[in-house]
Formats: sequence, C-alpha cells, structure tokens
Amino acid sequence: MELSGGEIVMEALKREGVEHIFGYPGGAALHIYDALYQQDAVEHILVRHEQGAVHAADGYARSTGKPGVVLVTSGPGITNCVTGIATAHMDSIPLVVLSGQVPTRAIGSDAFQECDATGITRPCVKHNFMVTRLEDLAATMRKAFYVATSGRPGPVVIDIPKDITAPNIKIPFRYPEKVEMRSYNPTVKGHPGQIRKAVDLLISAQRPMIYTGGGVILSEASEELTTLTRELGYPITNTLMGLGAYPATDPQFVGMLGMHGTYEANMAMHECDVLLAIGARFDDRVTGELEHFCPHARIIHIDVDPASISKTVHVDVPIVGDVRHVLRDMIAVLTASDRRADPQVIETWWEQIHRWAATDCLWYDRESSLIKPQYVIEKINELTHASGRDTYVTSDVGQHQMWAAQFYQFDKPRRWINSGGLGTMGFGLPAAMGVKLAHPESDVICVTGEASIQMCIQELSTMKQYDLPVIVANLNNRYMGMVRQWQEFFYSKRYSHSYVDALPDFKALAESYGHVGVRVDKQGDVEGAIREALANRDRLTFLDFITDQTENVYPMIAAGKGHHEMHLASERELA
Amino acid sequence: MRHIISLLLENESGALSRVAGLFSARGYNIESLTVAPTADRSLSRMTIVTTGTDEVVEQITKQLNKLVDVVRLTDLTESAHVEREMMLIKIRAEGSQRDEIRSLVEIFRGRIVDVTEKSYIVEMTGDGAKIDAFMNALGEHSVLEVVRSGTTGIARGEKILRY
Repeated sequence: MELSGGEIVMEALKREGVEHIFGYPGGAALHIYDALYQQDAVEHILVRHEQGAVHAADGYARSTGKPGVVLVTSGPGITNCVTGIATAHMDSIPLVVLSGQVPTRAIGSDAFQECDATGITRPCVKHNFMVTRLEDLAATMRKAFYVATSGRPGPVVIDIPKDITAPNIKIPFRYPEKVEMRSYNPTVKGHPGQIRKAVDLLISAQRPMIYTGGGVILSEASEELTTLTRELGYPITNTLMGLGAYPATDPQFVGMLGMHGTYEANMAMHECDVLLAIGARFDDRVTGELEHFCPHARIIHIDVDPASISKTVHVDVPIVGDVRHVLRDMIAVLTASDRRADPQVIETWWEQIHRWAATDCLWYDRESSLIKPQYVIEKINELTHASGRDTYVTSDVGQHQMWAAQFYQFDKPRRWINSGGLGTMGFGLPAAMGVKLAHPESDVICVTGEASIQMCIQELSTMKQYDLPVIVANLNNRYMGMVRQWQEFFYSKRYSHSYVDALPDFKALAESYGHVGVRVDKQGDVEGAIREALANRDRLTFLDFITDQTENVYPMIAAGKGHHEMHLASERELA
Repeated sequence: MRHIISLLLENESGALSRVAGLFSARGYNIESLTVAPTADRSLSRMTIVTTGTDEVVEQITKQLNKLVDVVRLTDLTESAHVEREMMLIKIRAEGSQRDEIRSLVEIFRGRIVDVTEKSYIVEMTGDGAKIDAFMNALGEHSVLEVVRSGTTGIARGEKILRY
C-alpha cells in the first residue's frame, strides 16, 4: 500500500483505534485535513478554539482511558494548544497532539504561521517529535501513542511539516507492530522484596492510613484498591485527582484530603503511624507544610514514576511499578498470610476518626434564604444518584471545583474530570464536550463558575453543532470566588480585581447558541431546575444559579500550615 | 556536593535542549555541560557537572532518566573515576616573561600551541583543580583570553557506560 503523508496520519490513527479527533484546520495542516476528508474511520470534531480541542481530547481521555487526539495547524494553532497540553501534562493524561508545521525548507525563516512548536511545548509534554522525513512518519505515530499511554502517561506532540504530508508523494506504508525504544522502558512489576516489606509494615500498623491519587485511576486499579482496602479494614482518603478510585459512599472512605479536604482525613494523616501512598505525588495542596506532614508515619509509596518517589517527602518503602500490578501482588502476599493488625487496636483508631468526623466539617448554613453553592452540588449528587444513569462530572477551577469534590460522591473511577495539577480555568466545558462524545448515553454535568466558564464558552457552539447535550451548572456568585476568599482571609478584604462586572445574561447567551438557558435565583427552584435539566436529555441545558456571594470553602488549611491546623467555618470552629 | 553525571542519549535534535531545559525548569545548578557523539553515531555522550544536596542530586538523576531521549546514566562521583578538562589560554608573553611562562607550562605539563611576539597560546589538560592552579600561578594580569571545555569523565576499572 502506497500512501501520502496525510494518508499515513489517517491510517495510523485508524490502526491505533482512534474514533474521534478534535481540531481546527489551517494552512500547514491542510494536506492532513484533505486526507481526513477522504476517509470515514475517524470522526473530526471542529472546535471553536484550539485550547477547547485539547481540553475536549483530555476529557475524552480521562473518561475512557484511551488517548485523546488533537489536530491543529502551525503557529497560533499549536500555541493555542499549550495551556491544554500543560493541563494534561500535570495530570498525566495521555494525548497525541498533531500540529502542522511550515514546509521543511521554510523552517527557521520566520515564515507565515511558523513557530518552534517542539521548542514551545518541550517543557510541558512527556515527549515530542518533529518529523523531518516521510519515511519516519508512520513509526513516529506509533511511538507517540506508545509513549503517551505507557508508564506514567502524558501528552505527546508530533510536529509535521507541510511537505511531509504532500498528497503527490507516496511511499509504501508499514506500521510497526511493536515499539522498542532503547531509551524508554517503564517499570511495570514492583520489586517482590519491597512488596513483602510493605505488607509487613501495613500489618504492624496501629494507626494506618491509605492515601491514593490519580495514578490508581490511570492504571485502572480501582478494583484492586477496593479489595486491598476492604481486606485491611483501614481508613482511606483520595486526593482531588483520585476521587472515585474508591467508592465515596463506602464507610471506610473518610473524604478527600488536603487544603480543602475533610477534617477527619487530614487529622488521620497527621496522626497515622503507617501511610500507604498509592499513585499520588505528595502535591503541596495535599501535604500542606512539609515540615508538619505525617510526623509519626512510616511511609510506603507505590508509583510508576521513580521521580515521584521521595521528591518532596522522604519515603521508607518505595515501590516502583504499575499500581495495578503492585496492588495485585500485595493482595496475593496479604491473602497468603494469616497475620493481620490487631483488630482491637484498629477499632480504637476508627473510634478516634469517628470523633474527628463528628465535627461535621462540611457544615454549611442550610437555613439560608440564598442559594448556597454546596446545596446545588448536594442536589446534583442526590438527583443523579437517583436517576440510575451513569453520571460524569467535569469542573473548572476554583470554589465550585472544591465544592463539587467535597459534596459529590464519586463511586466509580473516571467520573470526576477536573484540572487538578495545573488548575486551568476554562477546562470544564470543553472537557464535558469530550466526555459526552465518548459517553453519549451517560449524563454529563459541567460544574463551573461565571468566571471560569467564560474562558472557553465558545465551545457551546461546537456542542450545538455536534449535538452534545450536557448540563452546565454555573455557580454564579459574581466573583472569582477562590480569589475573593483568599483576599478576604489574607488581604484584609481588599478585593483586587476579583469582582466580575458586566456579566452576560447567561440564559440569553445559552439560548443564542441554540441551547436551553435557565436562570435560577431562588433556593426553592434549585431542585426543580436540576430535575428538568436531567429530564431534558436532547438539549444542552445551561443552569445559571445565582448563589450566595460571600460563601467560602471550608474546611481549609492555610498556606504554610500542617494537616492538624485546619480552619472550619467560623460557626463550627473548634474551641 | 559536586557531582559528575555522565549520560548516553539519543543523538537527535532537541535532546540537548531537553536536558538543558530540565535544569533551568527545575532550578538545578549546572556548572558545566559537554556533549559529543559517541563511536556509535546514533548516541551522544554528555557530561554534566552539578552541585546539590544528596536529595537534589537524586532528583536530578531521576528526572534525567525520565527523559525519553536518555538511554543510560551514571553518577561518576559515586565511584573511582578519571575527570579531565581542557583549557586553551592566551597569555601575554613579552621579554623576560616568555621564559618564565615556558617553564611554568612545562611544570604543569601543558603545551604551547601558538606563538607571537607578544603572546602564547597554551593547551592544558587536567582536572579542574590543576587548571585553576595553573591560572593562579600565571597571575591575572598576564591572561588575555581563556576557553575551558568543561569537565568530561569516565569511570575507572570495569565499570562501563554503554548501550
């Protein structure tokens, strides 16, 4: 089979099992777009801005486990992708981003729409390539998918000069079956000696704690995590990225940890004597001040990336390997042994945790006449759990993201889609678009705020074109809420540029894009509006909730403080 | 503490920039960096001299290993090794200075590779300390121009870094 470069790109996508790609055409990508036009294995979603394409591919990847694919042109096409690529990089999401480039002979001449795409993306990709010979194109595509999806996943960019994809130059097509790279061999199996050591330490614990992150979800290890956690009977907390890896409605789950985690999760971290960290990277929003982090604990850390181990926190038992493989081996070692922690001792630990939980740290004023943002999330949680349909929740970044993480109970992995590492406002709506495309039968709800949503709101148009009826729950408090909260706490209420004036009428805006817009400004209307949106499955519904402007996210660990120094809402503050 | 990290990486465009970018992005020190293709032209050998606490250097080696282009890596300072640096130095050499400099070059086992009426160019190879000592012996006022290659190194004995 003789193929042109453009056709090789398409054929490679087909062989990789890619069904959808997100993109935006332009000069340097036109040969590829022409090849795209002449095939029907891959469906292309035309976004309104390249950043939206990357977030959509990212949401697609997070919700399916398959790599998301993006196709853009050179220059502004790829620079517009950078925020999306950096977002995926921070959260280890597999993406393959194909960018057109000016022809090889023009590279370096400051040609029209030329930029150093591999240079600009280098610090925020797992790896990138520029294809300089047509003969290398197929093998590079194969490598890109392999690198993006194996080991610790991440985004890979392939920059393809226009002459490489010219329709009149064809070469025999050979797609490598296997990829072998002498410089890249991720570890899969954990060291058996370390695994035995870890199990011994876990059994010897008196105040154990399990802390898990996005790595459990990335390696599809929820089942193994649940089995191990139940077998041990120990408390478990998830990071923001790890929510859903362990069922939130399970009694062993003590809530999210970290800056806005639950009091019980953070106190248990502070007091534990053995910590099992799985697929988590000890992010600063999780650990608080490192000096105070888990002062009594011996730490076991399972991670596929050796560089994540002992990066900020010293680990006693490191295990490098794929989380799923390591957990399976740990379960095997544990079940082969009849030794267990003293149930009496563990029971005492649980009693302590229940005393912490009794502070009711997620309390908010349910009597308020204003719409409390937490109430909206609670209702979404209640009604979507009652619907019997699989539900995905995406979010933007800020207060609404924290409330969604605190109040929505994720029982399954890949259902909570948010930008944890980079904290990218504008992520939620395009991500929801990608999720809905991958899961048309499921409900997809984008929890957002009036500031975040405006950063990628143009994708409402794409969602109309491709008929992707998600629900947008806009918690509209007329402030950049998290900025306002910090200014209230740490800047003597000097609300410098955190108030959003001249907001659009979101109801009318949604309607102008051809969707259903609903403004909800009474507490009593919240439930009905959500019910209606859930019932209206054919059209995108934009719910604009006018919420209490002064509500803050509690509990909170201030910057520079430890897990044991949480602030609760003033009404609940401990004496 | 000072470490000499030696690595083999794919001889591809962008590989050097990935390494250099890693050091600047993560705020690691870089004292010197040398790189050239190996006998196998598909690989480059790079030598990086860096300083940092044990924790930082551990992170540096892990982060370097994580780069997809890096094939092999070793910290030469962990065991016996030979390190060398080459310097070309242009020295003011007039009148009685000329003999003095010639004998100094001999003591340090350097070579004079260019001579004019007013100057010498000296080639000097050794570890950093030897080169520093030679420069101190010359005194600042006679040095016109200095170019140092940066450190390269290799492990002693059976230890071999190759693919």
